Amino acid sequence: MDFLSNNLLTLTLFTPALAAVLLFFIPSEEKRLIRWSAFVLSLIPLAFSLALWFGFNPSQQGFQFEQKADWYAAINSSYHIGVDGISLTMVLLTTLLTPLAILASFGIKDNVKSYMILFFLLEMGMLGVFVVLDLLLFFVFWEFGLVPMYFLINQWGSEKGEREIFAGRKMPARTYASFKFMIYTMAGSLGLLLAIQMIGVVAGTFDMLELFTRWPLLEGTLFGLSTGTVKAIAFWAFVVAFAIKVPVWPFHTWLPDAHTEAPTAGSMILAGVLLKLGAYGFLRLVLPLYPVEAKYYAGALGFLAVMAIIFGAFASTGQDDFKRLVAYSSVNHMGFVVLGIAAAAFARGTENANIALNGAVLQMFNHGLSAAGMFFLVGVIYERTHTRNLNDFGGLFPIVPVYGGILIFTSMASLGLPGLNGFISEFLVVRGSWPIFTVYTAIAMLGLLFTGVYILKGLKKVLHGPLNEHWVGHLTEINAREVFVIVPLMVLMLWIGVWPAWILDVINRAVGMLF
Amino acid sequence: MTIETIIWLIPLPPVLAFFLIVLFANRNKALSHILAVGAALLSWLGSMVVFWQAIRTEHFGEHPFVSSIPWLPSGDSWFRIGVQIDPLSAATLFFVAWTILMIFLYSIGYHNYGQPKGDHDRPGLPPHGATISDAHGHTHTVPSIEPMYSRFFAFIGLFAFGMYTLVVSDNLLTLFVGWEIMGLCSYLLIGFWYGKPSARAAMIKAFITTRVGDVFMLLGIAYLYSATGTLNYREIFYSEEVLHTLGTTSSGFLGLSIAGLIGLLLFIGTVGKSAQWPLHVWLPDAMEGPTPVSAMIHAATMVSAGVYMVIRIFPLLSAGADHGALTSAMTVVAFIGAFTALFAATIAVAQNDIKRVLAYSTISQLGYMVAAIGIGAYVAAAFHLITHAFFKALLFLGSGSVIHGMEHGVLHTGQHVDPQDMLNMGGLRKKMPITFWTFLIGGFALSGFPLVTAGFWSKDEILADAFGHGHLGVFITLALAALLTAFYTMRQITLTFLGEPRTESAHHAKETPWTMTAPLVILAVFAVAAGWAGIPEHFPAIGGIVPNWFHEFIGSTLLEHPKAIDFNFIPLLVSFIVALGGLYAGWLVYKGLPVGAQDPIERAAPQIHKVLKNKYYFDEIYDSLFVKPANWISEVFTSRWMDMGVIDGILHWVAFASGRIGGFLRDYIDLPIVNGFGDMIGEGTKRFGRAIRVIQTGRIQNYMIGALFTIAAFSVLFYYLVFNR
Repeated sequence: MDFLSNNLLTLTLFTPALAAVLLFFIPSEEKRLIRWSAFVLSLIPLAFSLALWFGFNPSQQGFQFEQKADWYAAINSSYHIGVDGISLTMVLLTTLLTPLAILASFGIKDNVKSYMILFFLLEMGMLGVFVVLDLLLFFVFWEFGLVPMYFLINQWGSEKGEREIFAGRKMPARTYASFKFMIYTMAGSLGLLLAIQMIGVVAGTFDMLELFTRWPLLEGTLFGLSTGTVKAIAFWAFVVAFAIKVPVWPFHTWLPDAHTEAPTAGSMILAGVLLKLGAYGFLRLVLPLYPVEAKYYAGALGFLAVMAIIFGAFASTGQDDFKRLVAYSSVNHMGFVVLGIAAAAFARGTENANIALNGAVLQMFNHGLSAAGMFFLVGVIYERTHTRNLNDFGGLFPIVPVYGGILIFTSMASLGLPGLNGFISEFLVVRGSWPIFTVYTAIAMLGLLFTGVYILKGLKKVLHGPLNEHWVGHLTEINAREVFVIVPLMVLMLWIGVWPAWILDVINRAVGMLF
Repeated sequence: MTIETIIWLIPLPPVLAFFLIVLFANRNKALSHILAVGAALLSWLGSMVVFWQAIRTEHFGEHPFVSSIPWLPSGDSWFRIGVQIDPLSAATLFFVAWTILMIFLYSIGYHNYGQPKGDHDRPGLPPHGATISDAHGHTHTVPSIEPMYSRFFAFIGLFAFGMYTLVVSDNLLTLFVGWEIMGLCSYLLIGFWYGKPSARAAMIKAFITTRVGDVFMLLGIAYLYSATGTLNYREIFYSEEVLHTLGTTSSGFLGLSIAGLIGLLLFIGTVGKSAQWPLHVWLPDAMEGPTPVSAMIHAATMVSAGVYMVIRIFPLLSAGADHGALTSAMTVVAFIGAFTALFAATIAVAQNDIKRVLAYSTISQLGYMVAAIGIGAYVAAAFHLITHAFFKALLFLGSGSVIHGMEHGVLHTGQHVDPQDMLNMGGLRKKMPITFWTFLIGGFALSGFPLVTAGFWSKDEILADAFGHGHLGVFITLALAALLTAFYTMRQITLTFLGEPRTESAHHAKETPWTMTAPLVILAVFAVAAGWAGIPEHFPAIGGIVPNWFHEFIGSTLLEHPKAIDFNFIPLLVSFIVALGGLYAGWLVYKGLPVGAQDPIERAAPQIHKVLKNKYYFDEIYDSLFVKPANWISEVFTSRWMDMGVIDGILHWVAFASGRIGGFLRDYIDLPIVNGFGDMIGEGTKRFGRAIRVIQTGRIQNYMIGALFTIAAFSVLFYYLVFNR
């Protein structure tokens, strides 16, 4: 038991890898066994992270469950992990969504084993980003997550569809999407890697806790440039990498393609967790390492966030593909996260900043729930109808009343209906940003209005209106397994909407201590 | 159980009923309505207890019932939410509880409980009727039960939760929560028969139009919260210091004070929710929903909530005002309200759908209240809010009863006539006497029929206030609106109930069951009696018999109790004239309208009638001004041009350029130079080897000759190199 409690965080981080190894030894033909073992194994990290959650002391300063060991002593990089209120929330989100995503992928028929193994590796990559406190390892995990995702989209993505690139050349949509996802993120990481190496060389360590205190204070000249210039360049290197991941407008166009072409569970994780890596990067690295630069460029970042909110909503409204509509909604929702972060960067240390950051972090969690839920529901109907075109549906409510009710509920959470989770976080962001970026916040309301437009468009085209007789007898109601996937998400949406204090208190304290 | 506990509990039974029906009772129709009506009854009971306690408490305005808990951690403190019943919310609670209970009960009959299942009914469409055969072997078509009966009761349960939450809230944030939950229910219930394209369009229109107001309101809430650090009513509206600071600090926007700007932002929320011009367009379309919904959500409670909110924030709107003068925020409110009151009344004159007339009438009456708040007639606005809720709920339920009776006739005769078109009715007073008499009472209350009806007292108070404080523009506008109101009400009554039936269906209309008529009767009592609470003390002859309790009670909600207006004969006379004159004119013009005849107004002024009938073309204007451009921006500009075109174009171009650069490197560097060099070495050595292979003959003589020649050649070379320097 001591071993368990002393190494809880490490165990949470590496049990997915262990699960992947275990799955490796099950024969490929035993699909049922693979599916169920994957699901059961994925509950272990969840159990560990629940233990973390309940063992966590929110009022304690600094990181908890810390562990440190030599890793790459020659360049002073060490295996240093630990969580605070922000990362713990993300760990919980990751370990919660993974079992649900695995349960949602029981419909996968080809290469189930490889699929599940990749899924576990993906989970480990994401968890790693959230728990490590070493800059180099952060990068390692950051890149590590890309590979499984690439294969998930590339191999198990939607089979139909082509995408025209240039000069009339076409390629299969999933190849296009996976390639775009991979290359785009890698391109962003390039600057990140350089900046990380530069910091490591200059500061002589990759340990985040040390860097947080030393790096912002660094003065003088570096490489013949003033430190300010070097820091500004490094700041943008970080920002671009994270902005692509979030994604912030105008770096967002990989997202609709990747989300749309990915298998259902892939989209759930992609929207639910992967996008949070970018926002987490802002919170964990950009704000503490570059307080001065972040404040200086906060206006620009806030502008991009508002553009994401507005154009994400507009673009979503303009889609006829149900999955693409939901995909674009992520741009819209994550815009609020970035707006909160930008506002907090500008007015660091004030109560407004604190509230804005609370909202941003809670919005990350909330969007994880609602986006995963929405993608799952799109997947449910896609599996039955093999179409995502909204114009092919119509009036399905009488055939699938339970599914319809669940879809309305989840859509409303995504819309930010008071009483459900999204409202709390959006309100906090608006409340926090208003005194800091008044005009931006006011303009962002246009995006909030159109959030309503696209959500209702989705509901209108799928559920309401005259029944499309084509589906009578073909479309079956949502089944028990699928209900089991969505119910935990719905419970959380309602719970956070009604009583947000249980999670917000943890976030609030963490934010208060950090900034 | 303390009174505070009861207040906390009031909103819960309906939401519990919602969950129980959705999860467990969705196949059992009787259980569904038992749960819903039972929950409404419990909430009603709690409300009455609270109301009773409230009116017995001395100095209730200073010591309201309050209770709160920490809810949202923000920085070093917690944002608290809680309940509060002060005079204003107690009065609101009273009418909300009554109307909700009545409408819940009415819904049982309205959705044809006890009738057989329809022959071709399916969820999402109104019931089409069922064929039954009686003992003599005759077949009849009779109304059939609503296929989504349980769902209806679940939704209205959730709605009641939203409304009660809004009323008992002690802060603007939970008010907003209730506000939006009602918005959702309004959306779901307008589109209750979602299979009809018109209902589907109306539900979205309602949600989005009100959301326009809501996002501004959200900004107002955020602004207020950041300016004061709280959203609690008492801490803001009952604190002289806070109000003074907000009222005297400039917001830097159009010369408004902070209080004024926040007040206006919040007021835009009301404009959306209470369907004031220019966001009024959704309410008439909302009549697509079942009639109990129109009565409850779109007349008595939800749209009233907008007015309730604006009454609530009155201290903000008026903060910083010199005595007697209006702040600029109040001027805006007064203008919007007065304009809406008249504007909507003119449209109502030209509508033939019985429910649409009432919808425009609601817009107009809400405009009355908003205008009253705008000119500072705080108590009058609250008074009209309450009386209107009663008589408008009564009128809507009455119209639902009429439609129901007509539908019965339509099914019976098999005619294809619109059961909602008043031109198809006539003479229903004999067929549906209870409906007729209650509708008449409601209609007279709406018109402000002097002395007897509640509508008279509340409307008169607004007019008197406008006149007494010298807001002549508002006074005249509202008086004109009152004239039109009386006119279109009498037009409606005359067309529907008086004269002879104009269709066979109207001839076969039938009175509705007791579950529908009983609420009508109870509401009719309130439509008369609710006015007695607020008879001005100095009113000739009857003033002072019943003390003007209402004024004292509601007035004490404010920090500074508003003074009752001095009695003046001019506004009273005007009230008399517009009400009686309008009623008489309506009767005169529309009595005995023959079958198939044109509307007399259409005959007299076809152009004006056309404009009014088409609601000043607002739908068309908004469509080309907002809807179409928004579609273009989202579908073409953002999706196709910006994302797919420019951004992806740049990405593809980068990919293309990288491909080209790669190609160039391969074609001109790698292949010819790098590979070429390597190849050259390898290939050259090979060729050279192949070339000199010929001398490897294997014969010793050849080698010897070769050696000889080589030695000779080297000797010559050596000679030249060494000796010939």
